[in-house]
Amino acid sequence: MRTTQALATLSRVARRDAIPLAQRLLSSIEARAEDAWRALVGREIEERLTRVSLTSGSQVDPFGLDLAWGKYALAAVAFLHRRYFRTRVYGLENVPDGRVLLIANHSGQVPIDGAMIGASLFFDREPPRVVRSMVEKWTQTLPFVSVLFQRVGQVVGVPENARRLLHNGEAVLVFPEGARGISKPFSQRYRLTEFGLGFLRLALETNTPIVPVAVVGAEEQYINVANLTSMANLVGMPTFPVVPQWFIPGLQLPLPTRYHIHFGKPIFFEGDPDDDDAVIEEKVWVVKSTIQEMVNVGLKARKSLFF
Amino acid sequence: MKTEASVPSRRGAEQGGEPTILVTGLCGRLGRRVVRRLHRDFRIVGIDRRPFPDRPRDVKLLQFDLRRKKTKDVFRAENVQAVVHLGVLHNLRDSAEMHHEWNVVGFQKLLEYAAAFRVPKVVVLSSANVYGPRPDNPQFLAEENPLLGGASFSEIRDLIEVDMLAQSFFWRHPETETVILRPVHILGSVRNAASNYLRLRTTPTVMGFDPMVQVVHEDDVVQAIERALIPGLRGIFNVAGPPPLPLSHLLRMLKRTRVPVPYPLLRSTLDRMFRLHLSSFPSPELDHIRYVCMVDDSRAREQLGYAPLRGIEETVFSVEEGRWW
Repeated sequence: MRTTQALATLSRVARRDAIPLAQRLLSSIEARAEDAWRALVGREIEERLTRVSLTSGSQVDPFGLDLAWGKYALAAVAFLHRRYFRTRVYGLENVPDGRVLLIANHSGQVPIDGAMIGASLFFDREPPRVVRSMVEKWTQTLPFVSVLFQRVGQVVGVPENARRLLHNGEAVLVFPEGARGISKPFSQRYRLTEFGLGFLRLALETNTPIVPVAVVGAEEQYINVANLTSMANLVGMPTFPVVPQWFIPGLQLPLPTRYHIHFGKPIFFEGDPDDDDAVIEEKVWVVKSTIQEMVNVGLKARKSLFF
Repeated sequence: MKTEASVPSRRGAEQGGEPTILVTGLCGRLGRRVVRRLHRDFRIVGIDRRPFPDRPRDVKLLQFDLRRKKTKDVFRAENVQAVVHLGVLHNLRDSAEMHHEWNVVGFQKLLEYAAAFRVPKVVVLSSANVYGPRPDNPQFLAEENPLLGGASFSEIRDLIEVDMLAQSFFWRHPETETVILRPVHILGSVRNAASNYLRLRTTPTVMGFDPMVQVVHEDDVVQAIERALIPGLRGIFNVAGPPPLPLSHLLRMLKRTRVPVPYPLLRSTLDRMFRLHLSSFPSPELDHIRYVCMVDDSRAREQLGYAPLRGIEETVFSVEEGRWW
C-alpha cells in the first residue's frame, strides 16, 4: 500500500514538475539554437528557403522533405560548404530548371560529397534548387540518420522513387558507383569504379537530361587503407572501411581539403529503356568516361590539396 | 472449373428474389458503418457470430459461424448479387491455427460458394499492411508490389493468404467481378492497432525514427467499398486518405506526450508486456512507426472515382470517438 502511494506520488511529481521542467529546458535550448543559427548563417538561408520551389504546397512533401525542420542541418552544411571545405563550383549554368539527373562520382568514405553537391545547388545557384539524392536503403535502418536524410530531401534509392521525383520535375542526384565508389581505398582514388545501369534506363524512360558531375577533393578527406568485407557482413553495413585517422583522437573530422565541384554539359540519350545490358552499357560508358575526364581535368587544374 | 450442369440451382435468383448483398463480419465497428450506408440502397443479409443489437431493421443478421454449412444455404435461398467480405480475424491472443481456420478456410468456403452460385461481384477488404513496412520500400507502393508483410511479422501471413486467395479467384473466375481493397491505416471508432496507438495519451515512439504515414478515415473506406460495388469495376485498389504526414505531426495534432525509446529497449519491453497482457501491441508492429508503408492510390481515384472526403485533422481526431477508457 505504501509503495503504491509512493509510486503515485512519484508519478504525480513526474507529470506535474519533471515534464514541464524538461519542456521548458528544451524550449530554452531551442531558442539558444535559433540565435546561434541566426548568427552563423544570417538571413540568407531563410531567404533562400522562401525561394525554392517545392512541388507540394504543404509544409512536408510526400517524401518527408521539410527544410524548415532541417534548417539546423542546412546551417551545418552551409558551414562545411563555405568555411570548411571552401567549395569551388564550376559550370552551375549547365544545370537546367526542370527535371534532371545529376550523375556524380562517389568518394570520401562518408557521403559529404552528396551534401556539397546539394549545397552548391541550394546556396550558389540562382534560383536555388533542392537536390533529391538516392541513398542506400541501409541508411533507413539507422536511428536519427533516417529522419535527417528524409527531412533534407534524400530518398531511398529505388527506381519507383526516382521516377516519381523526375515526373515532378525534381533534380535527382545518383551515384551509380554506390558503396563501391565511396569506400575506395586511397590507392584507387579518382579512379571511377563500375557504374550501375539503372540511372540510364531511367533517363531513357523519362526522357531526362543527364548532367555529369565531378567532385574533386573528397577522396583526400579520409584516407582509407583497406575494406574489411567480413566485418561489413558481420555488422550489416554495406562496407567497412579502415581509416587510420579515426583512431587518433581529434581526427574524426574530415581533413579540410578544398572541394572542387564541376557540373558538365547536359547529355541527352535516346533509345529503348528496356534494351539489352550491352546497349545500355555503351551509353553508361559515355557518361562514365565524361565524368572521369572531368575528374582528370579538375585534378590537373588543382593547384593544392588544401588551398 | 464447374461445368454448366453442375451449377447448383439458385432458388433465390430463379424466384426473382430481391437482389441482396451478403456482408460478412458486419458486426465489427467498420462493418456496422458499411451496413448503415449500404442498407438504404440494397437489401443486406449479414453473417457474423457476434450480435448487432441496434442494427437497421431491414438488415437480416444470421448469427452463426461463416464456416458452417448454413452459409451455403444462404446462397441457395437468397438472390446474392454481391459478397462483401469484412470478416477477418486479427487478434494475436488467438492461436495461429484459429487464424488460419477462420481467415483462410472460412474465406475459401465463401469463395467456393460465390463461384458455385455465380455471384457477379465479390469485394474483399484486405489492407496495405500486406506490403509490410520495410526500409527498402518505395515511398509509394503500387498494387503490383510484392506482399512482403509476412517477412518480419509472421502473424499476418494468414491475412496475406486471404489477399492471395482473392487474387487467384480474380483470375480463375472472370465471370465474377472481384475487387480487392487495400486501405492504409484506418482511423475512427475501429479498434485496430493504428487507432489504438493514436489513442494512447502518452505515446512511445521509436527514438530516431519518424516515418511518413498515411491514414484514412473509416467513412472513406466505407465510401471505397460502396464504389467497389459499382457494376463493371474489378481489380486491386490501394486506398489512401489525405496526403501523408510524418508520424510526429499526427501525434502533435493530438497533443500527445511523445516518449522516444531506443528500438531494442522498446521491442524487448513490448514483448514482455505483450506476454503479460499489459499491451495489445505485438513488437513487430513497431516497424510501422519505424519504416514507410505508404501506397499510391491513383488507380482507385481514377477507376473507382474514389476521393477521400475527410481531411487530415478530422481523420486523426476521429480516433477519440472510439475511446472506451
